[in-house]
Amino acid sequence: MTQQLDLRRLPAVGSFLRRLSADRPARAVYVALALLIVVGWLLFALDGGRFLSQENIVGIQQRSAALGIVAVGQTLVILAGSLDLSVAYLISLTTLVAAETMGGADAGVPVAVAAVLAVSATAGLVNGLIVTRLRVHAFIATLGVALVIRGVLDDRYDGPAGSVPESFQHLGYDRVGPLPVSALLWAAVAASAWFLLSRTRLGCRIYAVGGDAEVARLSGVRGERVVVAAHVLCSLCAGIAGLLLASRLGAGAPTVGTDGGYDLESIAAVVIGGTALAGGRGGVAGTVGGVLLLAVLDSIFNQLEVDSFAKDVVRGVVLVAALAIHARRRTA
Amino acid sequence: MHDCVLKMTGITKSFQGVRVLDGVDLEASAGEVHAVVGENGAGKSTLMKILAGAHAPDGGSVEIDGRTVVFGHPVQAQRAGVAIMHQELSLLPERTVAENVFLGREPVRRGLVDRAAMESATAELLDSVGEESFGPRDLVRRLPVARRQVVEIAKALSLNARIVVMDEPTAALAEHEAELLHTLVRRLASRGIAILYVSHRLREILDLADRITVLKDGSRVTTADASTMDAPTLVRLMIGRELDSYYPPRAAEPPGPVKLSVRGGGNARLRGIDLDLRAGEIVGLAGLQGSGRTELAKALFGAAPFTSGEMTPCRPCSVREGIAAGIGLVTEDRKAEGLLLNQPVRDNALLVTRATRMRRPGIERLLERVGLGPLRPTQEVRLLSGGNQQKVVLARWVAAAPRVLLLDEPTRGVDVGAKAAIHELTRELARDGTAVLMISSELPELIGMSDRIVVLRDGRIAGALPAGSTEESVMRLAAAS
Repeated sequence: MTQQLDLRRLPAVGSFLRRLSADRPARAVYVALALLIVVGWLLFALDGGRFLSQENIVGIQQRSAALGIVAVGQTLVILAGSLDLSVAYLISLTTLVAAETMGGADAGVPVAVAAVLAVSATAGLVNGLIVTRLRVHAFIATLGVALVIRGVLDDRYDGPAGSVPESFQHLGYDRVGPLPVSALLWAAVAASAWFLLSRTRLGCRIYAVGGDAEVARLSGVRGERVVVAAHVLCSLCAGIAGLLLASRLGAGAPTVGTDGGYDLESIAAVVIGGTALAGGRGGVAGTVGGVLLLAVLDSIFNQLEVDSFAKDVVRGVVLVAALAIHARRRTA
Repeated sequence: MHDCVLKMTGITKSFQGVRVLDGVDLEASAGEVHAVVGENGAGKSTLMKILAGAHAPDGGSVEIDGRTVVFGHPVQAQRAGVAIMHQELSLLPERTVAENVFLGREPVRRGLVDRAAMESATAELLDSVGEESFGPRDLVRRLPVARRQVVEIAKALSLNARIVVMDEPTAALAEHEAELLHTLVRRLASRGIAILYVSHRLREILDLADRITVLKDGSRVTTADASTMDAPTLVRLMIGRELDSYYPPRAAEPPGPVKLSVRGGGNARLRGIDLDLRAGEIVGLAGLQGSGRTELAKALFGAAPFTSGEMTPCRPCSVREGIAAGIGLVTEDRKAEGLLLNQPVRDNALLVTRATRMRRPGIERLLERVGLGPLRPTQEVRLLSGGNQQKVVLARWVAAAPRVLLLDEPTRGVDVGAKAAIHELTRELARDGTAVLMISSELPELIGMSDRIVVLRDGRIAGALPAGSTEESVMRLAAAS
């Protein structure tokens, strides 16, 4: 009874808790994450080492920030019933746009940020329009855009280009207390997306269109706009990730996106987090869990010095197992 | 009747050169339940979709409250006070009741969705229709089908609809759930809402409607007061000829040997099932929604097997074993479970025989047998009417010549003509020595077709009744507590 009263007094907090606890797939991924941390801790305790030291945690946050930001954007398009395979090349492109526009000068930073956001929004717009207007399946539409961007990159760049002023590198390396700025940036992006999905009309409509486009249409939702908006937001997230990576690298790199595997890995994180690949079900909370799960796994492997082949095998198994578990929980 | 809310005049519509509606008139008054009936393909759904703004008419006019309206989009129809409840429910299962009710019109405060307002408004709406079994925050996925319609009705009310179109709202409901819906419909009408009610269930229409409009081949045959109509007249008007008898005659001879027998069959949903199916006999399986009818059919077939009990000739643990034992199942939901919609008639009709490498009959003869003679075997199934789709499913099992055929709602959403043909075919199959078990939510059909009726309740057999039992006696067994 008192609990109910509390919920009523704090509607925002109440609705957040209620939604999170109703979000069973998201809970599952956090349980898995907790288990993984326990396993990791035990492994290192037996070994006499220490898992999740502060250095370690910072490392995990650093590594997962860029993927996390991309995955949040990917969550939005997947919820809307679409998908984006062009994020990896777009990230590479935006690092170059950022670094070349800045040209090592502080004065170039605002212009560069604006340019990156404009380029990524345009890419998202193109993706969205191809999917909605030309009715090309998102898989092929975004793959096509990805190939176009790759063509541009291959043609114009052989290696790193441009340079980032020192002031901008704070974004990638600084910390506020124990927290890296990049992690805070990720948290801010995730929180904005959560807010968008749960508290705005666009959010409601993203779920509606992804859940059943026809139902949405008959309820007066203009589904095409929603899908285009989701694509633009997703590409903007990729652009932000590009800025972060440019700040880390100090320059633009034509292969940073594909080397990081941000396209497939972001989709993997989203589905590990319990979002339905068909759209309409899931959320940002799960995705954040999915990204952290992958990052903790990586961290354990790194500390155990497992070779990269075995690493990929285990990651593949985790991905498939996660989907199988979500599927079971839904039919049970 | 006073207060004409809706007036559709001379509505014409063609699809790809085929005229679907030809100068149809339709009127509805405030507080009226106006039924629209006709065979599949008569144009009911198209007419309703035009009213709801999903299609634009080629000719004719729509007036609401005396003003001519032209809808380019469903939303415009909504704003003009037309709400439509679709055949396939138009709700998002993964969202809450409140989110569904206000989909596309979420209330906002300072630019943000006002969940509290949305939920309290939904609670009020549910209250006003006397709904207590669920609340605004429940996920629609967790509600039974009958309750989901209440959500649709709440949505219609939230739109301040003057006209509510219900397109076969009871097709998926068992009899007692349909009753609940009827009560709601009357309540809506008493608030002065005009209700256009499309249904294949004639008895329901005669009970519920004030006026009835009959459509045939895209034209209006008549509009008349329901009190002046009866079922045979309606059928004659709909199909343009007399049906000699509603149902084919029962077997003249006593049933033959037992083809399938269960003793003490049970699984998660069923307990202590004793059942014999004999050659030449049609056994009707009655029961409320959730009583385990479909589960029983699937257990006999091996799709959701029994976990205990004896069954002869064998207890199938998989569909392949079921088919090998000579058992066939026509599933309840032909679109989701029955047909490969994008594949041609031939591949659908030969699916079972191909998968199990049985000997196949000639496709032409097969289609002839189920009354699809004129159809091209290469036509895609999704383009067929509901009745013809169902005949394709039946053809699949006729091809496999099972010893036992289980029919789960074989005539759901099928027009009167096709229904009669399916009844006739079912009886013929029985006459040729197939043991038939037929499930139907429509009691007159079940009683008309069956040589014996078995009633399920809560996963157990509640009793058996002879041919020609009354609906009351069936309901008493099905609903007793």
